[in-house]
Amino acid sequence: MDFSYSDEQQMLQDSVQKFVYSQYDFDTRRKIINSDAGYSAEYWSLFAELGWLTVPFSEEDGGFGGSAVDLMVVMEEFGKGMVIEPFLATAVISGGLIGKLGSAAQKEALLSAVMEGSLQLATAYAETDSRYNLASVGTTARKQGDSYLINGSKVLVLNAPSADKLLVIARTSGDKFDRDGISAFIVDASATGVSKNSYTAVDGHRAAEVHFNNVLVSAGDMLGAEGGALAALEAIIDRAALAVGAEAIGAMDCLLKKTVEYAKTRKQFGVAIGTFQALQHRMSEMFIECQLARSVVIMAAMMLDTDGSSAEKAKAVAAAKARVGRAMRKVGQEAVQLHGGIAVTDELDVGHYFKRVTTIENLFGNTDYQLARFASL
Amino acid sequence: MNADFTAEDLKFQKEVQDFLKAEFPQDIKHKVDNGIRLEKDDFVRWQKILYKRGWVAPNWPEEYGGTGWTPTQKYIFAMEMGLYGAMAPVAFGVNMVAPVIYTFGNEEQKKRFLPDILESNVWWCQGYSEPNAGSDLASLKTTATRDGDHYVVNGTKTWTTLGQHADWIFCLVRTDITAKKQEGISFLLIDMKTPGIKVSPIYLLDDEPEVNEVHFDNVRVPVENLIGEENQGWTYAKVLLTHERTNIAQVPNSKLKLRKLRDLAEKTPDGFGGNLLNDPVFSRKLAEVEIQVLALEFAELRTLAAVSVGKAPGPESSILKIVGTEATQFIDELYMEVAGYHSLPHVPAQFAEGFSGERIGTGSLVNSSNVYFNNRKKSIYGGSNEIQKNIISKAVLGL
Repeated sequence: MDFSYSDEQQMLQDSVQKFVYSQYDFDTRRKIINSDAGYSAEYWSLFAELGWLTVPFSEEDGGFGGSAVDLMVVMEEFGKGMVIEPFLATAVISGGLIGKLGSAAQKEALLSAVMEGSLQLATAYAETDSRYNLASVGTTARKQGDSYLINGSKVLVLNAPSADKLLVIARTSGDKFDRDGISAFIVDASATGVSKNSYTAVDGHRAAEVHFNNVLVSAGDMLGAEGGALAALEAIIDRAALAVGAEAIGAMDCLLKKTVEYAKTRKQFGVAIGTFQALQHRMSEMFIECQLARSVVIMAAMMLDTDGSSAEKAKAVAAAKARVGRAMRKVGQEAVQLHGGIAVTDELDVGHYFKRVTTIENLFGNTDYQLARFASL
Repeated sequence: MNADFTAEDLKFQKEVQDFLKAEFPQDIKHKVDNGIRLEKDDFVRWQKILYKRGWVAPNWPEEYGGTGWTPTQKYIFAMEMGLYGAMAPVAFGVNMVAPVIYTFGNEEQKKRFLPDILESNVWWCQGYSEPNAGSDLASLKTTATRDGDHYVVNGTKTWTTLGQHADWIFCLVRTDITAKKQEGISFLLIDMKTPGIKVSPIYLLDDEPEVNEVHFDNVRVPVENLIGEENQGWTYAKVLLTHERTNIAQVPNSKLKLRKLRDLAEKTPDGFGGNLLNDPVFSRKLAEVEIQVLALEFAELRTLAAVSVGKAPGPESSILKIVGTEATQFIDELYMEVAGYHSLPHVPAQFAEGFSGERIGTGSLVNSSNVYFNNRKKSIYGGSNEIQKNIISKAVLGL
């Protein structure tokens, strides 16, 4: 039994940690969020240069190895800095989907550009009424000669405002909830018939609702076999759920650390508030939550790196996301409460960690959804 | 034991309902129903309508403009207002400073301030908390030093809700820096137009400038603005706080929110062809908070009944603050859960009057995480819930 990182993983952690610590302070982050693009192109190039954008990809695809533990290492450190750059949308989700479904030619054309930092991607899968069920797809792709015509709308398309290309999940056959008949397409973000309604999310990330109105796509831009994209999509969204779980343990550790520091320095009634036993116990409980969340994320990452069945892997991720979800709710709320009024202001970073963990809870299946999924698997 | 309404009570209830239907402005109701931000004018306009009817201040003594209602009538009024979505008058004037003025102020002060509060001609804000005096309010450091016919005020107040609209501020200030901390505090009324006052907005997690810091730099305040006696301000403020804790349960508001939530859950697809209200996990959580609000309502009624036979609301009212705010916050969580990922866009422009662009998300649910973030303040303000628990431990349980 060994829970320590390999030398390579240790180096990866050190390099991300150093970047976050020395170049990603809260004010820098705020400036990036308020910039036009909503992420730093300069940092994105740096990510590429340091090899971080290769982390989600297998060695045969030219990547670092693509293990879930590697991904966890990077995401935990990103969580500490609340890194806003679209690593998740471009590399983990979209890159991951291409890695799973793409032909050699598609990988060649797209993945090297992702790893070099020259291509931004977004995956359009969720719909207004699909909630967290990935098989609920109302957007259609109708065959027309050797092309497809895509119609429908997608919501919460992360990174869509900056994306050069969109991966669109659409139904080529079957009824709305059928598991078969779901296909994935590569669509140029500027293609005729694509329109975006862009926004900034509560956590500062950019996203859009994207509408497809008779968008023509050639059969060569289909990812994988017609009608067979769902399993890959599910596996990738689970990987994303694990990734944000790891991000959350980084963010929660910061929330705990900041709360403890504040309790040691904030004086009321003539003493540091951290001397009150009632508050000490609450911080102890936050610590327990952080440790259990970390443990369950490690469990799931290790499971994803085995050759277990897809059901076993899904169940491990469901457990992790549900348990981390519960931890995030508690740690986030308690960090705010123990800080008092200052933590409900925009000024202090604590509220922003709270917003990010709340967002993570709502992404890729919220706690109740994952609980139900765990029970059914 | 009897919690039924009398025939007269029922008649009164109908009267309130009819009044609200006829008089609560349609445009304001539209805003409330759709979660659109309310402006200062909305509050002023609505209070002036209540004023015409004589219904602004049910808790005031009749001689100053109170309604003379029984506790049951007050309860019915608050409930019907809340269930209809009609705002209660902004608390700082009507419920917070006015009782101090009519209880501890002199005749001159009563004549000068109370009518304008009732008619909403003057907007009041509160100057209690300071950057280093939060839960430990009595450690406040803003000073008022006597200089002839004036006090000279220096210091900083914070968390001043809606202070940007205010004409006047009521402050706790230190008039004796040598006395023990509760004993050197006075209650002072200050015109916000006085030179030396600076208001700076504080943006909360929903990006709205709802609260402010108010800075006092050698602000000269006439001594006739002192309420009661010098160095007795803490006593006055404390009396006010226990009286105020009754409305803090926010039962009518929670009931309205629960009713809407049930409706929204029924309209929200679960992603598998059903709706969320039929989801056993969600419906249990909804039931849990409905039951909590029901228990809270009866706890509040018991407090009201005690008041009606002449008992002052005691430290038990801390229960109402704790449970009331936690219930509201839990309801906010459920709204966010119903919204799912539709709670994530931050689109404040959609909640401003007259927005005409393409909307993102599903109706008002898109604002649900912002509401959740903002309402985390509820367990912090008005004496944090931890302070309320201290009150229960000490004053009720004798620990």
